[in-house]
Amino acid sequence: MSHASRWYGKSGAMPYLSDTDILGNLIVIEGPDASGRSTQIELLTAKLEAAGFAVLNTGLKRSDLVGTGILMAKQHIALGKRTVALYYAADFADQLEQKIIPALRSGYVVLADRYIYTLMARNTVRGIRRNWSYDLYNFALVPDMVFYLDVDPLKLVHRVFKKHQQLDYYESGADMRLSEDMFESFVLYQQRMAQEFEVLKKKYGLVSVDGNQSIKDVYKMLGDHILKYLGDKK
Amino acid sequence: MLWGNRTAALPKNFKQDSWITTVLTSRWLKQYGIPGKLVVVEGIDGSGKSTQLRLLEKWLQFNGRNVFRTEWNSSKLVKSVTSKGKKQANLTPVTFSLLHATDFADRFERNVMPLLRAGYFVLADRYVYTAYARDVTRGCNPAWVRKVYDFALKPDIAYYFQVPIDVSMSRILSGRPKIKYYEAGMDLKLSDDIYESYRIFQSRLKQQYDSMVNRENFVVIDATKTITEQQKTMRRIFEEQLADDIVSGEDT
Repeated sequence: MSHASRWYGKSGAMPYLSDTDILGNLIVIEGPDASGRSTQIELLTAKLEAAGFAVLNTGLKRSDLVGTGILMAKQHIALGKRTVALYYAADFADQLEQKIIPALRSGYVVLADRYIYTLMARNTVRGIRRNWSYDLYNFALVPDMVFYLDVDPLKLVHRVFKKHQQLDYYESGADMRLSEDMFESFVLYQQRMAQEFEVLKKKYGLVSVDGNQSIKDVYKMLGDHILKYLGDKK
Repeated sequence: MLWGNRTAALPKNFKQDSWITTVLTSRWLKQYGIPGKLVVVEGIDGSGKSTQLRLLEKWLQFNGRNVFRTEWNSSKLVKSVTSKGKKQANLTPVTFSLLHATDFADRFERNVMPLLRAGYFVLADRYVYTAYARDVTRGCNPAWVRKVYDFALKPDIAYYFQVPIDVSMSRILSGRPKIKYYEAGMDLKLSDDIYESYRIFQSRLKQQYDSMVNRENFVVIDATKTITEQQKTMRRIFEEQLADDIVSGEDT
């Protein structure tokens, strides 16, 4: 069975991948830092496994190939925006082909902690043309469902402090020199990212979830949606 | 295809002594554009392109020009990562392509563009056409590869060193060198024998280059000629095409 329509690129984007037989399901949770993605993925994984599904978790920056390289490079050398964009794309491609696709071939439910959309939004707020990013990532598989955890940037900042006691350099957009003040920089950056996600929601059909709610409420909503979807498919 | 825009050479009212004061305004910078010149060489392994580019570099340096030469896959930053992945011999075509694009972008953003804006002659040993040829041969979508690289500047001259496969292979293999896995295209499973794989892979790359000649406006150099003859042709074309900007003073 061919799944050409499951790829973003017309004609399956990559000829050598277009015949890939996908048995499993790809479900993506998107959202800013500290929006509760990883907590939700942990809870959802347990729920799905309890329901009898084999589950694989993936996230950005976790590739064996380039994962640590990205972190090291970010700390030590000032990189151009195009270089960073392609570096992340290479890392994503490695994960897609080494982890996500093999798991989907064997029928796993893949729960992805972020996907191409965060990478696209980061590129755009740093001044790269949207269409370039859209084209760049057209080798990616179209997920079955994508949820976006919407959290008010001002609320987000408190969650970040609770989680890390400090603001992350990159997640604060500090490389963009938006403000001398780290707090202001964080809020401005997250606002721009949120604006960009409004564009991406429309283009890629991301489902917005009110991430200001309690962990339990978000979990219930996501869990019900996903189980219903998977149940209908089987 | 979308290539970066560029304006013509120096503004007419350019004065050396006004440099410091005017360089600070971005409007002026835009007007200043990209006065440098970008010259690239392409061709399969053993075509002799690197030798020729080095001779061109020496000639320009001898004539007092500011020259910068850059090689494919040479960014220090990306090198550690790519070599790690290449050792594992498990890079898929898209990942392979994107790692080389990252390397290219780093050199482009860090060296090529700033130096072109400063008026240098930038000489590139392999450019985007290497990616077009290799990635497509590996099974990437040609339109995709071109879009990934569409931030790159179109070169002023792209020399293609065209050589029959037998000639280039005998040049390379005369010393029976150790050929690396990806160099030989072993990931394409063309043959179990590394030399045979290398040969088939290089032939396919040659096909890709040959098909680009017209579309990409390559200056084709017959790479079976002697080194001196090739270099003479290269310099003549260089002077013809970049006559206003270059060697006019010293050499005539």
